Amino acid sequence: MSATQHAEHKHDHSHGHDDHDHGPPRGFMRWVTTTNHKDIGTLYLVFALVMLFVGGAMALVIRAELFEPGLQFVHPDFFNQMTTIHALIMLFGMIMPAFAGFANWMIPMMIGAPDMALPRLNNWSFWLLPFAAVMLLSTLLMPGGGPASGWTMYPPLVLQTGDAFPFLIFSVHLLGISSIMASINIIVTIMNMRAPGMTLMKMPLFAWTWLITAYLLIGAMPVLAGGVTMLLTDQFFGTSFFQAAGGGDPVLFQHIFWFFGHPEVYIIILPAFGIVSQIIPTFSRKPLFGYDSMVYATAAIGFLSYIVWAHHMFTVGMPLAGEMFFMLSTMLIAIPTGVKIFNWTATMWKGSISFETPMLFAVGFLFMFSIGGFSGLMMALVPVDFQYHDTYFIVAHFHYVLVPGALFAAIGGAYYWLPKWTGHMYDETLGRVHFWLSTIFVNLLFFPQHFLGLAGMPRRIPDYATQFADWNMWSSIGAFGFGFSQLLFVWVVIKCVRGGARATSQVWDEAKGLEWTVPSPAPYHTFQQAPDVK
Amino acid sequence: MIAEPEKRSHRRLTFRLGLMAVAMFGFGFLLVPFYYLLCDITGIGGRPAVVAAPAPSAVDAQRRVAVEFVATVNEYAPWEFRPETSSIEVEPGKLYDVAFLARNLTDHHLVGQAVPSIAPGEGAKYFRKTECFCFQEQEFAPAEQRDLRVQFYLDPALPKYVDRITLSYTLYVKPQAAATAASRS
Repeated sequence: MSATQHAEHKHDHSHGHDDHDHGPPRGFMRWVTTTNHKDIGTLYLVFALVMLFVGGAMALVIRAELFEPGLQFVHPDFFNQMTTIHALIMLFGMIMPAFAGFANWMIPMMIGAPDMALPRLNNWSFWLLPFAAVMLLSTLLMPGGGPASGWTMYPPLVLQTGDAFPFLIFSVHLLGISSIMASINIIVTIMNMRAPGMTLMKMPLFAWTWLITAYLLIGAMPVLAGGVTMLLTDQFFGTSFFQAAGGGDPVLFQHIFWFFGHPEVYIIILPAFGIVSQIIPTFSRKPLFGYDSMVYATAAIGFLSYIVWAHHMFTVGMPLAGEMFFMLSTMLIAIPTGVKIFNWTATMWKGSISFETPMLFAVGFLFMFSIGGFSGLMMALVPVDFQYHDTYFIVAHFHYVLVPGALFAAIGGAYYWLPKWTGHMYDETLGRVHFWLSTIFVNLLFFPQHFLGLAGMPRRIPDYATQFADWNMWSSIGAFGFGFSQLLFVWVVIKCVRGGARATSQVWDEAKGLEWTVPSPAPYHTFQQAPDVK
Repeated sequence: MIAEPEKRSHRRLTFRLGLMAVAMFGFGFLLVPFYYLLCDITGIGGRPAVVAAPAPSAVDAQRRVAVEFVATVNEYAPWEFRPETSSIEVEPGKLYDVAFLARNLTDHHLVGQAVPSIAPGEGAKYFRKTECFCFQEQEFAPAEQRDLRVQFYLDPALPKYVDRITLSYTLYVKPQAAATAASRS
């Protein structure tokens, strides 16, 4: 960043102080007060990258402890705090802000808008995040330690959290408010600020997936906020929403939580679908196959995500009719998802494909997300889910869809648009090395966890029976390999920001879309005159 | 600069979306009565067991159903709590009276609330109580021990495939009472 910033400073001096239109103000306050969508996008992305390593460090504490059976490094209660905060940080502090960063940077440029519709709200929704994250992390230093109930915060266990409890609840509130405001902003931008001629069905798919994601967020996040508020009043104000003694029911929380929790799954994966839908056509040198069906499939997934939540709790004692309903509706989701996988594959079919780093990550996504999708289909079956429930099989499943799924799409997107953001090409060789190291280690990390789960190893425990030792050791080796491989990514990004081959405005041969019509790096203000869309 | 009509349409859409978020916050709370409605319909969660039923009318002397009694206290709960008989054979439609023994293990005053649960869920609707200690909170003097009685019958309409029903109670310290007791001491 320093090189480009330095150049901008000189530029500012030559124009004098009252010239606001051509460049950003200087120094730290630029980032605090900015209302520019590109600045805020950068803030989101940098924040997400930092949180990737914070959450990743916690994952490595977990894997270090699980390297061998027995208790080696940490107290079991601290282990549980690690699993809990690792999940909360990675979901609310890393992957969601990362996609919000992409949305901020790219959506206005993709639809030919000069900025986001509500720039001040945009600034606020970002700046809530660091405070929420610090509040959440500070719980680790409090008497009684951080929350150790798992990120699902089930009562009555979560009510045994020490002084950290209200901080946990309020940080969840803040994270929720932040993402609701970001969603409102994205919807208003897309609905009101498209360039003339940019009809909804001409929008790049990334904008489409984010539009639907934003609606999912507005529908789901407030329900979580309500649920955790009930936890708060149960603990401090004598209500009995979830306390059986006062006539409440702890199972009710699970319903409320997963009513939010399942749309949340798609909130995380839909923007990833969007990014992959931008990358694959570019490097296959063909337009996206079945654009319309992609849009409808995304909408169908969005709708279905609201009626499947209880498949997370098959073992809780539901009536048979309920289990049947949630099983079948869950399996129905495989259809629109299958449409997407088919369309991506058909886009590549007979294309002249080249495998630059973004494409490697996108194809990796396609393969490994499908593995996670298939294990999801297995878990949708009620009878077998009784075996998988709360085992490492679940852990393997959701990490496959989140890490080589959502995270790989985000990394691929970063490589794809880095030249547009920085004006330099990244180091292609290092990028490919990063991909192959990540892919090998991520599979070593998560694939054995399928076997562990099927053999009966429960999740969220710091110790295990000796028959699970070998696969846990391999998994831990994979975890450290994967974790340290990401340092390479940081290096590639820093190197790309500081210099490298000049990027043209087109960057990739066959890249289509308005963002490739502006120079690289993208000027501070773009599309102040709306572009012509054919 | 943003034109005035555009600003207005931004404001209108923002307001609507904000309203949607607030409505969904309310919907989260609406899930609470909705959940209990579903529990009442399906009979799960022990809900039908907390209101007194009318006395039985007809007895089905041909049929025998095993009824088991389970008593639970949570970790650190200050009670001794167990059923006096672990199971009995009942004729549907006939009134039975059983007792659970409870003892306050502390040297102070306690208020308890028993919460019932019936398994299997399909049988819960047909398990009728005419009197139960779970209908009211139970006060215990320091170290007091006493029998808690429940009077019940099985509705003869109980599905034929149900031949065994378990009635379980968990005895809690009443939360508000616990708070006042703590402040008193």
